[in-house]
Amino acid sequence: MANFIENSGGHFGQFGGCFAPELLQPVLKKVEQVFEDFKKSKPLQAEFDNLLQNFAGRTTPIYHAKNFGPNNGAQIWVKREDLLHGGAHKTNNVIGQAIIAREMGAKHLIAETGAGQHGIATAMAGAHFNMPVKVFMGAKDVVRQQVNVERMRLLGAEVISVETGSASLKDAINEAMRYWISHAEDTYYMFGTAAGPHPFPEMVARFQRIIGLEARAQILDQTGKLPDQVLACVGGGSNAIGIFQAFLEDKNTMLVGVEPAGNNIQHGLTIGRGVTGCLHGSISKVNCDANGQIEESHSISAGLDYPGVSPIHAYLDQLGDAEYVGVTDDEAMDSLLNFSRSEGIIPALESSHALAEAYKRALIMKPEDVLVVNLSGRGDKDLHTVFEYLETKQS
Amino acid sequence: MNRYQQTFAQLKEENRIAFVPFWMLGDPDPDTSLAAVKSIAKYADILELGLPFSDPLADGPTIQSAVNRSLIGGMNTKKCLEQVAEIRGDFSDTPIGLLVYLNLVLQYGISRFFIDCKKAGVDSVLIPELPVEEIDLVKIAAADSRIDLVFLLSTNTPQDRREQVYQHSGGFVYTVSKPSITGSKTDLTTDTLELVTELKSQTEIPLCVGFGISSPEHIKAHKKSGADGAIIGSELINIYQKEGLEALNKFCETCASST
Repeated sequence: MANFIENSGGHFGQFGGCFAPELLQPVLKKVEQVFEDFKKSKPLQAEFDNLLQNFAGRTTPIYHAKNFGPNNGAQIWVKREDLLHGGAHKTNNVIGQAIIAREMGAKHLIAETGAGQHGIATAMAGAHFNMPVKVFMGAKDVVRQQVNVERMRLLGAEVISVETGSASLKDAINEAMRYWISHAEDTYYMFGTAAGPHPFPEMVARFQRIIGLEARAQILDQTGKLPDQVLACVGGGSNAIGIFQAFLEDKNTMLVGVEPAGNNIQHGLTIGRGVTGCLHGSISKVNCDANGQIEESHSISAGLDYPGVSPIHAYLDQLGDAEYVGVTDDEAMDSLLNFSRSEGIIPALESSHALAEAYKRALIMKPEDVLVVNLSGRGDKDLHTVFEYLETKQS
Repeated sequence: MNRYQQTFAQLKEENRIAFVPFWMLGDPDPDTSLAAVKSIAKYADILELGLPFSDPLADGPTIQSAVNRSLIGGMNTKKCLEQVAEIRGDFSDTPIGLLVYLNLVLQYGISRFFIDCKKAGVDSVLIPELPVEEIDLVKIAAADSRIDLVFLLSTNTPQDRREQVYQHSGGFVYTVSKPSITGSKTDLTTDTLELVTELKSQTEIPLCVGFGISSPEHIKAHKKSGADGAIIGSELINIYQKEGLEALNKFCETCASST
């Protein structure tokens, strides 16, 4: 399967590029070269596929959420990435990138993490591939994702709390990049989302495309038709690009990215309200003030709390090939609770944004219409946030 | 001859290399910063001035703190250029280079940024995350305003990239002593000095060395290796923060006399 993302050279219209400090350019060139080798290597791809299957637990199911979906509305089907080893889609990416790291001869892995899912995934990959892991995490996220911090430590990773800037995901990325600049000769940076400098957007999209490939075949098999709409939450955008890719040529399938609208005043609507700018190595949409200073984003879900976004999504938005909408903290939380109690599945707060949008759309669609939602992760990590939210609402 | 060419020609005559102090505009506040720059400019052969950006991913803790103080003080691109114009008024011959992250340029508008730089008296612009491969984004705007683009080069830059850097650089090439962020405490390794000597044999463009240069001894060592200038940033900020303007002036004087 070929699409516009592959062999793009990292440029997606006016978006993308490799806007990283000169000191990272040689190592990024090396990553690109090893990734190109991977794309041609049958044995490396076989190793990747094998690990996805036997280590990570693919294929993940697709499931018809009949109880959650509205009566007489469209069918809502969920792609169960929450069942992937580690509890989220992030594992697909880290297995691929760990192979790249090993092929490059790296001895150490570093990663940034927001919600902690990518940090956990990197810690798992580091353990499996026998490479020590340092995870950079904003100090604010260390507090609100304490359980995930403990999981990373249990897996042998060192968690570095980042106090600089706004002490959130963007600052964790800054610190990881700074560390990489000084340690590039033996360290590989596992970038967690389809953003950053080339080749990361293309590479992460490639390692996540399995989600869409499976989902498309599964929904055809189960319903006999292609979905009317495919929905996924968008922070950096890796799970969304993972599921969207397989449907890019299906002109009757609408692709919907759901960004965090926060409390509607503070938000993470990077495509929705951002401008064309440069953050963390590529030109994309960013949330910044008129002078160009990056603004803090806000979302109740740490994994969507990012003022940047994948240049591939910025491009899909510009082309009109995908639509991007916002869902508030309250709507996402309602969906998390409803989905948990109606289906017996606790979705991640991130994925709950996509579920909320799917429910709204299903209400005004026909029962034969099919919506596929990427249930990108499980919500166990969010228990603390959920109960704090409920307490605040009651008081 | 432009200001860079004049400056390097004169330095050659005097058998000196350039002392290039770096300062973050607006640190610790707009007025104090302007006074500090005017003060250190007396000792400078070239001035390198930073514009504050919220996410400076090539910079270490010292410059990050300077950025924070500057932004809290309400500094922005327009005010920075106004200050540069004022500095230019007092120092008509000193080349002034700006170090600015790409997003500030994009939000200001690329053409407008270079036009206003020229009006303010800027000679060169260094965008730390703009590699030579992406030069087309700003090339025409910079050329139209006759602003030189300065690129970075490091010990880990392969030969083919070096050639591209030589080809596209104006003013000087910013040579990074070793792969690190700004302000890293480093001993001068023989690697670095050898790199400078090697690069000098490859290009006519002046080489200024920066990142991790923190003492008059470093300047002397780089003079021996053949560098055309030494850039000191983080250490100036550290001295100012700890000991104030007088100590800063004194340090700059010592640096200038070590060239």
